[in-house]
This record gives sequence, structure tokens and C-alpha cells, in this order.
Amino acid sequence: MLTFENVEIVQGDFALKAALSVPAGAKVSVIGPSGAGKSTLLSALAGFVPITAGRILWQGRDISNVVPAERPLAMVFQDSNLFPHLTVAQNVGLGLKPSLKLSARETDRVRDALARVGLSGMGARKPAALSGGQQSRVALARVLLRDKPIMVLDEPFAALGPALRAEMLALMDEIARERGLTVLMVTHDPKDARQLDGSTTLVADGIAHAPVPTGPFLDAPPDVLRDYLGG
Amino acid sequence: MAERVQPISLSNLGGAAVVALLLVLTLGTLGAVAWRAEELSALTKNDWSAVRFTLWQAAVSAVLSAVCAIPVARALARRQFRGRALLLTVLGAPFILPVVVAVLGLLAVYGRSGIISETLNWAGLEPISIYGWHGVILAHVFFNLPLATRLILQGWLAIPAERFRLAQSLGFTSRDMARHLEWPMLREVLPGVVMVIFLICTTSFAVALALGGGPKATTIELAIYQAFRFDFDLSKAALLGLVQFVICVGLALASFAISVPSGQGAGLDRVVYRNDGSRVLDGIAIGVVALFLITPLAMIVAKGLPGLPELSVNILSAAWRSVWVAVLSAGLTVVMALSLALLSLKWGRGVEAVGYLSVAASPLVIGTGLFILTYRWVDPVLLALPVTVVVNAAMSLPFTLRAVSPALRQVEADYGRLAASLGLTGWARLRIVVLPRLRRPLGFGAGLAAALSMGDLGVITLFADPNHATLPLALYNLMTAYRMQEAFAAALVLLALSLALFWLFDRGGRVNADL
Repeated sequence: MLTFENVEIVQGDFALKAALSVPAGAKVSVIGPSGAGKSTLLSALAGFVPITAGRILWQGRDISNVVPAERPLAMVFQDSNLFPHLTVAQNVGLGLKPSLKLSARETDRVRDALARVGLSGMGARKPAALSGGQQSRVALARVLLRDKPIMVLDEPFAALGPALRAEMLALMDEIARERGLTVLMVTHDPKDARQLDGSTTLVADGIAHAPVPTGPFLDAPPDVLRDYLGG
Repeated sequence: MAERVQPISLSNLGGAAVVALLLVLTLGTLGAVAWRAEELSALTKNDWSAVRFTLWQAAVSAVLSAVCAIPVARALARRQFRGRALLLTVLGAPFILPVVVAVLGLLAVYGRSGIISETLNWAGLEPISIYGWHGVILAHVFFNLPLATRLILQGWLAIPAERFRLAQSLGFTSRDMARHLEWPMLREVLPGVVMVIFLICTTSFAVALALGGGPKATTIELAIYQAFRFDFDLSKAALLGLVQFVICVGLALASFAISVPSGQGAGLDRVVYRNDGSRVLDGIAIGVVALFLITPLAMIVAKGLPGLPELSVNILSAAWRSVWVAVLSAGLTVVMALSLALLSLKWGRGVEAVGYLSVAASPLVIGTGLFILTYRWVDPVLLALPVTVVVNAAMSLPFTLRAVSPALRQVEADYGRLAASLGLTGWARLRIVVLPRLRRPLGFGAGLAAALSMGDLGVITLFADPNHATLPLALYNLMTAYRMQEAFAAALVLLALSLALFWLFDRGGRVNADL
């Protein structure tokens, strides 16, 4: 269970309150108007933004003051997921060892992870030689090797077209299912949320609400969300 | 956004050491010189006239450079012609051009036996002389007119092309364009340009050493040199150093108020198509400036080539010495710039300001101070080259820091969170993320530092031991001994080495750099 225990994040004029729980293995879409604090919520979870009050707990352990790399989560960012000067294999290998001094066994694991996301034989390429979809696959391969119980995605695959994005979401979902990962994903598109299924957290007016089942929620969205979605 | 910065811990120690070194070099040496001064000698009439001359010549050079640059920048902004890109490159070159080489080139054109005097002679007229205040100003304009032109050209190209198109469709004349579009831009850009050049010319030493001198053309830096080398009057050297420091800090503070252009702005290769103005006048502006800049350098090449085979062993070993001084100095500059930039990520930008202190410090005072601090234990002659390495590194640091620090901030902004989420810290972060991402600015910064050090004729003059001379000093000695043929050949070698070092480092940063 991931718990935001009376968490408050204050940054100048901006303030966000979160008091909610996500069961282990759940898939949660985080949705809400621009600037409401969707990304800030996940940044606080990941340890990039300090929380001003409350605690964040995973399986009962307080992780509020743990450094980002030690938190029980792997991140997929909106962009800049890959270092352009490193090869695909090196980018994935960073998920195992930041020093990149990999043993033969670890090198095999990198190759297997690449194979799992459909990038066999592409390890020696630089990211610039890959398509947008392939770059997203590299990021997912790294999540595999990070071997963390939570996967956090901040508007992932935003640069991809609709069809490719659906494909990536499906792959991400498969991986999460195989590994029993808990997923938190910021999105601005209700279609993504519906595809992920699971539950949805609304972030609006300074509050991150408790997650509710996605289908019914999107069928009858609250006013604040309806204004944002339009119609 | 208030973000927790993920520390690169090893940089704490290195960064703090660099800060300490720079504070000792800039403020500590000034203190050492003042402390060693046995009695406080007041500044004499001559010293004050050096202060007045310094400010006066800097003002005249700055205004002259800026004013002359206006028509050239305008011509470059609105004319496309063959060789435009080459001319823009030439306009960037004086920055890494060794001062002694330029002075020798100017002598070949404007000196007593230069082209102009020879022509006058032939016509039965008096030859002109380059020595004195006008020579100092001529050399300063030679160095700074290109800089002014580039900065003003940036201002011109920052005016959106649509505005010129609109102006043309409204039937604006050249005069209307000047009034509505160009003059407002110049009013914004010119104060900063004048300020930068004023600051550069205030600390001028080598030009004044070679072309100035005497009561009417001595700068503060030259007066410090004379106080130390001829009179060994440390008190006076310290006082003058202090005066220089105060002036430079004042100027630096003033330049915060005026927005000083960065000089590293976007590409200058765009031309706004315009059909106003006189093509002939623009052509003349460009032609005159090209001639002004290229002739002295062409003279170095033409007069230097024949002497190359006869270069003495002395000059060649000085060249070798200079190359390794330059390479070591460039390495030190890069290490210092990177350490300061990393530290300033954590401790705030105040740390970076320490790196800019050397803009206000006099290399001669630093050299004198280091001499005072160490002469009891170490033979000064042995220290000549190590001191030169360190002082040159400190003097190049502001330029390298300006290339490296914004780039590092960008890397942190782009990849800081990714690196933190992957647990990349310490050496691994430096090796895997920072250094590869910073290759270009580091290469460029090292190139600048190497070229500046290669051509530097500053602190080394304090230890003028021929067996430890650098190439610029050896060249200067040839010039003062009127061994001109060898001087031209040595100058050509120095010019080639400076450009080659810059090119090699800069190139090294670009090859295979995946962006």
C-alpha cells in the first residue's frame, strides 16, 4: 500500500494537499487541469520536491526523506529519458549500476530486457538513431532492470502519435502485470486513463483526491474536470 | 521551483580548494604586496597621470571602437557577399591573437619603417610614428573594433526581419529605418559595448609595454611593472594594484547596471534582405575594416615566412616551453571552471563570482605577490613558469567559466532528475553524465585558455630570464633588440601555435559529440 498521509506541498503561492492510499498492484491515472499539481504530486513521491507536511509511506515504511534513487519506484519522464551520448545498452545498464561497470551476467540481463521490449540487436545504437517509439521502449527496458515495485510515469509517450502511444501503454501495462507493479501515471488525455483502466485520482483546486474507478468517474466527471476536458 | 539539489559530493572539496586558491591569488597577493611594502609611499604625480591616462585611453579606445563598428555592423547586417562568413571568423580571431604579434603587425604597417612611412618617405614626406598614446589607442581599436562589430551586429540581427519588411512595404527610407528601428536598438546596445571595451582596455599591459611608456603613455599596469622591475618599490606596486582593483570593481559593478551583451549569442550568418542604403558605402565600410584587420596579419605572414628556416634554437625552445605552459594552463583553467560551476550549483551563484575576480586583479600584482610569498624558500627563477601557468589559468577562468557554467546548469535542468532517480552520484555522475554533456563548452573553454596563455605577455615579464622565457617574451626581446627579421618569423610561429592550440581543443570537444 502506498499512502500519502496528510501530505502538503507548498511552493510559493502554490499549495497541494494529498491524503490518499493506493493498494499495491493498483493502476492509477492522475488527471486534472493544467497547473493543478499532477506532476508536482509525482515529483514529491519521487523525491524531487520536498513535502512541507505529512508523510509518504510504502508498505508502512516512511519514505519521505529517502533520496530519489533509493525510493521504491522507477520513473519514466515526459522527455529526456535517455542520455544521448550513451548507447541504448548503456542507457538501460544504468538501471542496474550507475557506474556502468557491468559483469557478464548483468550484460546478459540488459540484453534480455531489450529483447523483452522488442529491441533485440539495437543495444549498440545511440538514441538519436531510434524512432520516438523505440526510445520509449528503451526507457521501459530500464524500468524492468530497476526492479522497483512502483512505476511512476509523468505524461509518458507525450511526443508520440495516438496509435503509437496506445501501443506503448499496452506494453507498459503488460510489463506492470508480469511484475505485479503498482502504476501511477500522469496524463492529460482521458483516453489514456480509460486504456490503463484501474482507478483515477483527480488533482484540482489544490487537492489530490482519493482514487476512484476510472470508467464511472470519466462517464460522469465533476465540473472542474468537465471544463478542462471540454464537453 | 524549490528543488532539492542532488549533490555531487566530491566537488565540495575540490571546489572549496579552487575558491581558496583564487582568493589567495587575487586578494591574498594584493595583501602580500601591501604588507611587504616597508613604508607607505604616496602616489606621485607621475602615478596619478598613469591613472588618468589609463582611464582616458580606455574611454577613447572604447568610444572609437564602438563608433567605427556601427557602419561596419550595419553593412554586414544587410549585405550578403562572398567571404562574409570568413570575415565574421576574422572578426572573432583577435580575441585569441597574441598581443605581441598584433603589435608587430601594426608596426609593420604604421611603424617608422612600415608600409605607410615608406610610402610617405617615397613621396618626400615625414614618416609617422606609432609609439605613444596614439599607438596604444590604435592597437586597442585593432583588438576591440572586431568585438564591437560582432556585438552590434548581434543587436542588428535581433531586430525581427518582419519589421524591416513592414518598413519596406511602408516605403521607409534609410533615414526612417535608422530612426524607427536601428537607433533604438543602438541606444540599448552601445552602452554595454563601450563598457566591455573600456574594461578590457583599462587592464591593458602588453600594448602599453610595447607601444606606450613615458609620462604621457603609461598605464597603471605598466606603472606596476616599472615599480617592481626597475625600482623594486613594492609599496607603490601594491598601491597601484589597489587603485586598479578599485577601478575594475567599480567598472564591473557599473556594468551590472548597464546590460552588457554576452558575445556568445546566436549565429551571425543571417542576412535580412533590404534594398535601402548605399551599396557603395557599405562596401567601403567592409573593405576598410577588412584591410585594417587583415593587413597587419598579412605582413606577419609575408615577413615571417622567409625567416622561418633561420629561427634560432632559443626561439624554438621558447616555443616548446610556451606550448606546455599553455596546455597545463588550459587544463588547470578547465578543472577550476568545472569545480566552481559544480560548487555553485549547491552553494549558489556567489561562488561563481570568485571566478570572475581575476577580471579586476592585475596579473603583475599577482606575480609580484607570489614572488614575495615564496622567494625565501624557492628560487624565483624556478617559479617563473609554474607561476605563469597558474596566473594565466586564473586570467582565462572568467571566459571559460562563462562557457561552462550555463551549460552545466542546462545539463542539470535536462538530466538532473533522471540522474538522481538512477542514483548517479559522485564520480559516476561526473564521468557518465557531466563530462560527456559538457564536451563542447569544455573544449571551447580549454581552447580559449590555451590560446590566451600561449600569447600572454604579462606576468612572465617579471621574471625576464632568457633561459625561462616563453615565446611571447622571447619575441618581445627580439623586438626591443631590433632583430626584426627573426622577430617576424617568431611572431608567425606564435600566431600559428595560438590558432592551432585553440583549434585542436575546440575541435576535440566537437568531434563525435552526440547532441
